[in-house]
Amino acid sequence: MDILERNLELRERQRLEGHTDRVWSLAWNPAAGVSGIPAMLASCSGDKTVRIWQQDPSGSWDCLAVLEDTHTRTVRSCAWSPSGKLLATASFDAATAVWEHIGGDFECVATLEGHENEVKSVSWNASGSLLATCSRDKTVWIWEVQPGNEFECVSVLQGHTQDVKMVQWHPFLDVLVSVSYDNSVKIWAEDGDSDDWHCVQTLNEASSGHTSTVWAVSFSSNGDRMVTCSDDLTLKIWDTSSNPSETSDSNCGSWRHLCTISGYHDRTIFSVNWSREGVIASGAADDAIRLFLESKDNSVDAPSYKLLSKKEKAHDMDVNSVQWNPKEPGVLASASDDGTIKIWELLEVPR
Amino acid sequence: MTLGLINANPVVHAKKERVARAEDSHADDAVDALDVFDSVRDIRDPEHPYSLEQLSVLSEESIAVDEKLGRIQITFTPTVQYCSMATVIGLCLRVKLMQCFPPHFKVDINVTPGSHVDEEAVNKQLNDKERVAAALENPNLRQLVDECLYSSELYSL
Repeated sequence: MDILERNLELRERQRLEGHTDRVWSLAWNPAAGVSGIPAMLASCSGDKTVRIWQQDPSGSWDCLAVLEDTHTRTVRSCAWSPSGKLLATASFDAATAVWEHIGGDFECVATLEGHENEVKSVSWNASGSLLATCSRDKTVWIWEVQPGNEFECVSVLQGHTQDVKMVQWHPFLDVLVSVSYDNSVKIWAEDGDSDDWHCVQTLNEASSGHTSTVWAVSFSSNGDRMVTCSDDLTLKIWDTSSNPSETSDSNCGSWRHLCTISGYHDRTIFSVNWSREGVIASGAADDAIRLFLESKDNSVDAPSYKLLSKKEKAHDMDVNSVQWNPKEPGVLASASDDGTIKIWELLEVPR
Repeated sequence: MTLGLINANPVVHAKKERVARAEDSHADDAVDALDVFDSVRDIRDPEHPYSLEQLSVLSEESIAVDEKLGRIQITFTPTVQYCSMATVIGLCLRVKLMQCFPPHFKVDINVTPGSHVDEEAVNKQLNDKERVAAALENPNLRQLVDECLYSSELYSL
């Protein structure tokens, strides 16, 4: 039976409380939840702290640590390095902190300064050799990770005309995507010869892009598609596999609009995340979580995406972040303005 | 003394009845445009010692409430087309509504169409939750907002 025909629902497994202000973002530790290592999650909040949560053998979640007294304003975003040993946290205090995880302890080993004002997002590349940050100062910074937890800024990317909301590295190429309040999506890559970073493509309204602030982006697991979400109430799917004549160098500049998912949201969509199994989750300002999947409808030429499931009132307030557990299929975490994090499981229920 | 006690009960009883009737027609947590207007009408303009109502920046008619959906929409008219304080007024409205109404209410704040040269830009900022949160963490801006909300120095017209 086609998965879209099945009656799938998100069931709440657990609610994590502890933050004393809205939870903006969360991130699953990519090295945990496998080989006997308990699953681990980081969350960051308007209460200026970062909380680390760990699953115990019975499956229930406890707060392992509270990272405080470092950021002096809202912590907006957090991201684990691919090895799971480092956690980067981006804050409205204009700094990005890097924490090292040793045993059950977390120590702040570096503070990256330079942005003129609020840092909105941070992302590690696939190999863990580069870190990207972005800010309301309209720039994207690329930092090189050096021995001894040293970080050197190797490029300050200008181009966006407004606040940059999120940055995300491609799952295996050193290609960076940024999304902005200026309604555009920009792709950045290194120039083969000069090692200079530059913008290889801009996806704006003229390229069938968004007509209001773009809040987030997520790549499909094989990296040839990405999904963006916006204040314009749509999700847009972008594809890069349609130009087989292009070499892999210029492939990163050949993203094209594939389809727009509209009519399902009536308030700003803050977060979007694409699972390894191909399910797209969205978190929005109407307190709901929606799941979408590509429809294998052979009668239509262009690919289309259908609503797989909707969880209304997933939280009591806006859903700010949705993230699939990379190690356990069907498990989703969500963060909200209501100060809580919820762990969900996608289950089939009888009609 | 017995008479006093007997008299006291009907008074208390009557009061209760009135309160109950009031609750029937206007439940504790029911919110209407007048409730919202009452909460914001006396906010002081950032630049002049007059309230937003006195300056006709807003009125009860510029507020719409959808109780079922949990939505509040406010439209306000800055005093001049190029008013640099439009975003501050918008912030004041947001903070006041956050303080007065349950957190599940979604609030949309816009300037009256045609009332400001940077209408689109102002509206976009006022309805970007992240920008609002960051602005309210700015101590100078927060102080200005607090002065507008808590100041009792209003000249009566």
